[in-house]
Amino acid sequence: MDDQALGPHRDTFRAFAATVVPEMTQLDPAAWEDVERTVEHALARRPPAMRRQLGLLLRAIDTLPLLRHGRRFAALDPVRRERLIDALQRAPVKLIRRGIWGLRTLVLMGYYTRTATMHAVGYRADARGWDAPRDDCS
Amino acid sequence: MIEKRYDVVVIGSGAGGGTVAQALIPLVSQGHSVLVIEQGPRLHDAEFTGRELDMAESLYEDGGGFLTADGTMTLAFGRAYGGSTVVYTGTSLTAPERVIRRWNVPGLDVADLERRSRSFMQQNHVHYLADDRINDNNRLFRDGARAAGYHCEQFPLNLHGCLGSSLCNLGCPNAAKQGTHRVQLPNAERAGVQVVTRTEALRIEERAVSARVHARRPGEKGLDSEWQPGDYRIRAGAIIVAGGAIGSSALLLRSEFRRRLPRLGTGFTCHPAFILVAEHPRSITNDVGHPKSFFVDRGEAEGWVLETCMYFPFTTAKNLTGFGAEHSAIMRAYPRLQMILVLACDRATDGNRIDTDRAGRPVVHYRFTRAVRHSMVAATRAAAHIFFAAGAARVHAPTARPHVIERSEADRIEQRIDERHFLPGTTTVSAAHLMGGCGMGRSAADSVTDGRGRVHGVPWLRVADSSLFPDALEINPYLTIMALADRAAEAVLEDAGALLETARAGLPA
Repeated sequence: MDDQALGPHRDTFRAFAATVVPEMTQLDPAAWEDVERTVEHALARRPPAMRRQLGLLLRAIDTLPLLRHGRRFAALDPVRRERLIDALQRAPVKLIRRGIWGLRTLVLMGYYTRTATMHAVGYRADARGWDAPRDDCS
Repeated sequence: MIEKRYDVVVIGSGAGGGTVAQALIPLVSQGHSVLVIEQGPRLHDAEFTGRELDMAESLYEDGGGFLTADGTMTLAFGRAYGGSTVVYTGTSLTAPERVIRRWNVPGLDVADLERRSRSFMQQNHVHYLADDRINDNNRLFRDGARAAGYHCEQFPLNLHGCLGSSLCNLGCPNAAKQGTHRVQLPNAERAGVQVVTRTEALRIEERAVSARVHARRPGEKGLDSEWQPGDYRIRAGAIIVAGGAIGSSALLLRSEFRRRLPRLGTGFTCHPAFILVAEHPRSITNDVGHPKSFFVDRGEAEGWVLETCMYFPFTTAKNLTGFGAEHSAIMRAYPRLQMILVLACDRATDGNRIDTDRAGRPVVHYRFTRAVRHSMVAATRAAAHIFFAAGAARVHAPTARPHVIERSEADRIEQRIDERHFLPGTTTVSAAHLMGGCGMGRSAADSVTDGRGRVHGVPWLRVADSSLFPDALEINPYLTIMALADRAAEAVLEDAGALLETARAGLPA
């Protein structure tokens, strides 16, 4: 795979990501780049074999729906995407399950480490601890 | 290759290596040289930012994403000046008597371990948090556990000046946690022990360590290494391996001790764990205050332990099983979330072991035994009862399908949470209590070292970390690691005359 692990599979990755985290459909291009930069950074530190496997998995996710629906993954409606991922994450073959788990983990890393997301979910941890101003809680 | 020579080299600076470094101060006072090498960096205080991704990358092996060989469990262990003591929560429990008796290691005495543990508790300022410093996440666990009929205990913690940032697992931003990076290592360095960071032990040879000092990469946190980047051969009279269960075992395996020590790498245990999350109707204090104040210990009776915990957004999201709208809804409820960590007390089995690949990198083989799966499911049910007793509106359980159990289903917990939903590769399991691989015992036929960390048949080589555990400890291990490391260091002090004299006789000046 090239330096950019997601490069050739960007559409599939984004469709997968938006199925894992529905709010990602609302990300603007800059935010998507932010997410993908985090994922690429994490992948760059992993063995080349893992990046190749990720590419194969994304290709499989992309083409599997052709058999049943005659459409690629990114062209499926959200319900069908969700069904496919759910089936894959419960597949009898452990290799497939862990592949989906790994891809899901990368998506969650890219999304939930963004400052904007942390604010959106209400994460308020602060180094000042109890001394930090908070506007909620008992 | 740059040649160096020390009387004693310690590999690793965590609970084991840091303890040994301090315990060997008397050798330095007698004019001997002691070196500690640490693979990870030494961070400035200001670099502990509490930002999840930055800190995980800087302080954990593989950024906290080290996977077992079949990819079904994440193993978290520190790689920094202070090792995993930088990233633990400071829980300081003494070893259960029943476990030490079951280990049955000749010469390993419960009272001796207890005495040493108490001494470190004093040095590390171990105490119970005052009630007004306990947050809702912990208070709800305590009250819920009691209401559900469980005996709940408070963790003693090694904190000094804790502000309650809740960021313990990302390295305390307030220098409050009294890990070896704050206590034992600075003591040792003040007394003349030398600590060199960013130094990877490649192999152990006859009374020598082959090591590589890495340069700091652009943008990376931490200081440059104390030594110039490059390859080193460090000769020593005694070598003490304290790189943690995985690091120490892998180092000895790639150093060709495999044939001499057939049990090397075996007996790996880790307290497999997953996170349970419950949603309350109102906001609670969860991401402020110390995250881990209480636990329920059913290790002896049922093979599991429950602990309070609170994780950061990505870690939380990763540990929730599933995806899509249901997953997002839980994440969006973050200010209302209560969390419980479920740990299984696994036992050493033949198949669960540490090995190395062709390049010498560690590979951990681990399968969830039926007993472990059973324990995790039983513990999940107990945690669900505790959540609902504490007033939760719904519970997310990785071994339920659908994963969310509503309060109206609280009387069906036993049916909803079921072992058939434990699916390795899909259910997120992680572990941070990594034990075994260089277990203590009687001889090379059943173990790697004796009860004081002396490697069988290799008098100049010692082990002083959690790899010594012959089986799971069934509680948080740091204080026991320190006690065992202290015993190993004491044996080095006792043997120093013979060890260092022999070395000097065989080494060029």
